[in-house]
Amino acid sequence: MSKEAILVLVFIAATLLGYRLIKHVPSLLHTPLMSGMNALSGITILGLITATAGSLAFGSRLLGLLGIICAMINLVSGFLVTDRMLKMFKGSKDEEQAQ
Amino acid sequence: MSNTLYYVLSALLSMGVLLGIRWMSQVKTAVRGNRLSALCMLAAVIIILLKEKVLEDVFIWVGLTVGLMVGLALAKAVQMITIPQMVGLRNGLGGAACAIVAWLTIKNAVEPNTFGLLTAEIALCVGALTFSGSLVVAGKLHRLLPQKPVRLAQHQWWTALSFALMLVSVLLSWLLPAARLLFSLITLLSGLAIGLLFALPVGGADLPIIVSLLNSASGVAAAIAGMAMGNVLLVSVGGIVGASGLLLTQIMCRAMNRKLSAIFLNKGGKPQGEAQPAVAAPETSREMQPLEQTSAATVKDPAAWLEEAREIVIIPGYGMAISQAQALVKTLKDALESKGKHVRFAIHPVAGRMPGHMNVLLAEVDIPYDKLFEMDEINPDMDKTDLAIVIGANDVINPAANSAQGTPIYGMPVLNVENAKRVIICNFDDKPGYSGVPNPLYQDTQQVLLMFGDAKESLQTLLKALK
Repeated sequence: MSKEAILVLVFIAATLLGYRLIKHVPSLLHTPLMSGMNALSGITILGLITATAGSLAFGSRLLGLLGIICAMINLVSGFLVTDRMLKMFKGSKDEEQAQ
Repeated sequence: MSNTLYYVLSALLSMGVLLGIRWMSQVKTAVRGNRLSALCMLAAVIIILLKEKVLEDVFIWVGLTVGLMVGLALAKAVQMITIPQMVGLRNGLGGAACAIVAWLTIKNAVEPNTFGLLTAEIALCVGALTFSGSLVVAGKLHRLLPQKPVRLAQHQWWTALSFALMLVSVLLSWLLPAARLLFSLITLLSGLAIGLLFALPVGGADLPIIVSLLNSASGVAAAIAGMAMGNVLLVSVGGIVGASGLLLTQIMCRAMNRKLSAIFLNKGGKPQGEAQPAVAAPETSREMQPLEQTSAATVKDPAAWLEEAREIVIIPGYGMAISQAQALVKTLKDALESKGKHVRFAIHPVAGRMPGHMNVLLAEVDIPYDKLFEMDEINPDMDKTDLAIVIGANDVINPAANSAQGTPIYGMPVLNVENAKRVIICNFDDKPGYSGVPNPLYQDTQQVLLMFGDAKESLQTLLKALK
């Protein structure tokens, strides 16, 4: 199988599997879910590291640096804000225990 | 590092991310799930640094450090009420990152094959439109831009033109390798234009749907960039993000009774702009309202209503969030519970400014999540409810959605508060909600008590009445 075919198949498989799993996330947690997905879209950083390393021209490398900053902001702030949000959700029993 | 090893590691990390999402399906394990995803991403970055042997590359380290610092500062500064614009802004950053990757891939490729070039061009365009569209949406959510729909003259023609330009430039960048960068630049510009033209006509209440859709687009752009670069982990995680955004978009559209096409074309009877005279309440009822209300308020005593009720449902809406009255809602809930009453919260799917936003706002003030009920769970219990307290919500409780054919909200699922024995509505004024459809509950003098004004003040009044 060619490399291209593998990539397309991985895309389809990941989309279908992701869709099935995400369907089980209750609407209670949809905002943290979206914030977490936001963080995951920072995965572009992998491509940026490769592309920046492979660039020779100064301008291209600067552009790559800018992209790495964007993706890194997404990763860091995305996961931290999601963590902050998820920790706020407490049940009645948790609350009684805390008091 | 061999390619086979990288494939195996990518598969493991993708499974880690999927397991993280699985853990997100329960509140108890959600924190762990998010941390697992974060750990997988950290591992992915370390692995790519080792694979590309770029540990000495200063540019990359500067980028990582600056991004880390800004990310930390941003995470610390953000407030829960502004999460929607924060997510919108980050969609934009994701789009920009994808566009940059695609651009560098196109520029650096010596002899690109058709698959690599076409996927890079598509990633460039989708990344660019995600960037420009998200900035407009974040600006609208943060009220830096007007929330009302903005349409250019001949809007559809401009959109069609941008699309045509994009397709032609992608095709020419493939056919004419000598001018590849020039045509890629045109692809980039037309992508930016498409994003603007799509986001500008979207009105305030539809923004959550577009945030979800752009979230999906940022994932799809990442996946396509991954195809262009041949990075399998980028493809799989991008695909997962794309699927999630798409699912949330579907859920929002269903909950708001909107079709995506109608939002983009700004159709479907949504009033244009702020003035809504065409569908405003009939003259007579508007004149009668204040008289009725003052006379009725003296008869209807909120203190007695609160005292007599056993089963109470609180319906918070965006008005509560704007007034930042969450803490007082929690105080009211505690006061009612201390009197032995059973208090629950009914959350409409589009309460707040993005899917699930209201739950976060209530969780922030320590309202236990097991008191929060989705619309479908609590609607059957409404007729057993003694008192429904509406705080800053209008369209989502409008019974006209069940009966008023031809109005924008007809067919939209709503919370059936009219089935409760009594209803207290604390809204800012007697104007119809965003849809512009008058709420018949406002005419009901027997069952409904209206309290107009800032949500905080109305809640104070209720709290005083309770004491």
